[in-house]
Amino acid sequence: QIGSLGGGCMSGGGNDIQWCFSQVKGAVDDDVAEADIISTVEFNHSGELLATGDKGGRVVIFQQEQENKIQSHSRGEYNVYSTFQSHEPEFDYLKSLEIEEKINKIRWLPQKNAAQFLLSTNDKTIKLWKISERDKRPEGYNLKEEDGRYRDPTTVTTLRVPVFRPMDLMVEASPRRIFANAHTYHINSISINSDYETYLSADDLRINLWHLEITDRSFNIVDIKPANMEELTEVITAAEFHPNSCNTFVYSSSKGTIRLCDMRASALCDRHSKLFEEPEDPSNRSFFSEIISSISDVKFSHSGRYMMTRDYLSVKIWDLNMENRPVETYQVHEYLRSKLCSLYENDCIFDKFECCWNGSDSVVMTGSYNNFFRMFDRNTKRDITLEASRENNKPRTVLKPRKVCASGKRKKDEISVDSLDFNKKILHTAWHPKENIIAVATTNNLYIFQDKVN
Amino acid sequence: MSQKQDEENPAEETGEEKQDTQEKEGILPERAEEAKLKAKYPSLGQKPGGSDFLMKRLQKGVSIISYPLLLESKGILMKSVEQKYFDSGDYNMAKAKMKNKQLPSTGPDKNLVTGDHIPTPQDLPQRKSSLVTSKLAG
Repeated sequence: QIGSLGGGCMSGGGNDIQWCFSQVKGAVDDDVAEADIISTVEFNHSGELLATGDKGGRVVIFQQEQENKIQSHSRGEYNVYSTFQSHEPEFDYLKSLEIEEKINKIRWLPQKNAAQFLLSTNDKTIKLWKISERDKRPEGYNLKEEDGRYRDPTTVTTLRVPVFRPMDLMVEASPRRIFANAHTYHINSISINSDYETYLSADDLRINLWHLEITDRSFNIVDIKPANMEELTEVITAAEFHPNSCNTFVYSSSKGTIRLCDMRASALCDRHSKLFEEPEDPSNRSFFSEIISSISDVKFSHSGRYMMTRDYLSVKIWDLNMENRPVETYQVHEYLRSKLCSLYENDCIFDKFECCWNGSDSVVMTGSYNNFFRMFDRNTKRDITLEASRENNKPRTVLKPRKVCASGKRKKDEISVDSLDFNKKILHTAWHPKENIIAVATTNNLYIFQDKVN
Repeated sequence: MSQKQDEENPAEETGEEKQDTQEKEGILPERAEEAKLKAKYPSLGQKPGGSDFLMKRLQKGVSIISYPLLLESKGILMKSVEQKYFDSGDYNMAKAKMKNKQLPSTGPDKNLVTGDHIPTPQDLPQRKSSLVTSKLAG
């Protein structure tokens, strides 16, 4: 039976990856300003760029430096490439509601020319940003001085042809499109279509389809708002386009279901083409069942054959050809099942963890509490728990696996469930599309880990 | 919680039932947690009363709409969440009333508008955007 993990640690020996600390970005002090809370992390398609968004509406982009072929101890480091204010706080006067500037998601467009493009979104508005480099400037104008002042035309006695001369690299970010006023509820997802012309945005009750060039209209493709709001029983929690089929997308719900829709079937995709749901044993049902089954993230594999969902306690891999149950289930922190009462009281039970695939779809990763994050190898069925902490910050030292002791005797180096810090949560992680480089966001710091290069 | 019941109504629960319940709670940690929660908040699952949880969620800024069933179980009807305010004055008055009931653990009240006068756009809290560069870029 395909199913849960056994024990077994991933590090050490054979082909197993050994993860090492590489870099950490952000302030050291414990006093975290709310604006600095990281809210999204995303590599671009080549992995050369790594973007983060925060609660203060700012985007920071890091660029991997070109490897020094002679002394390649490790792969290139990520350094700040560009930073800009993407969204500002707004006040909706009509509804008397504050609109947070927090960046919920960033998605990169595939590179088509010298510039880079990304979509960033807060609760209400999506923006297309162009990030371009300027490393040359024209010099030798006839009518202007170098500092821009105009010359007295009567002093011009000769003509010259202006030429481009190198200058210090300048990276500029400019908003090219603003897609606004299409969402009544809070946007939780954006996803770029494989046609590279359209993208979807999803809020709690609706999904809209946009064309990247057109900002004054968008098509509603899913609407689950009931006529009578008191009949509302579930909401949309995440949505994503299929990586290869431009007509296919999925959306997950707070009830633990995933619906696959085909845009060729009808203009409004309220009727799903496939419904993925794992049947639940009714005798196991408790007050918490529905809350912990709510899916916080859904991600297609790079191959497009599988999709992964994250609910509060587990990660599930689904084969798109099989709707009635996942093909693999991995327990992230099963020991929390006996703590649900306090996790409900402190609201941690509503934390939305994300998940990600590695480039070859062989390993999946997700975050947990106490700044722990987990990786599951789908082939070897082994898993590992690592910690993002400044204590391990010597480059090229292999990270030590962590273990949580659920109950009973705690072994040396294990940490007991009651000692876990639930304020230190890793909600956002990203995996380089081609290499074993991962970006892990703690509350306000960004960690970059790499596998050991010999 | 079932043990409490046993003490109060020893005649009602048979020995078999008692063992069954205890077994079940041993097998299902979720059920044990549920019992703990219901013991702490007996009004859970009943119709509106406590707005404490709603205020808690509003302060956290989490989308209220994400957990409709939760809100029901926390004792609030969807109706009260979806409350439309007549205008910004109405909104500020309602907010002011709610703030009076707030738990002491919340931060300093930045909203200077009370429920006593009609607010103007200038009175509404202006949230400054972060002019400081992100510390990640530092």
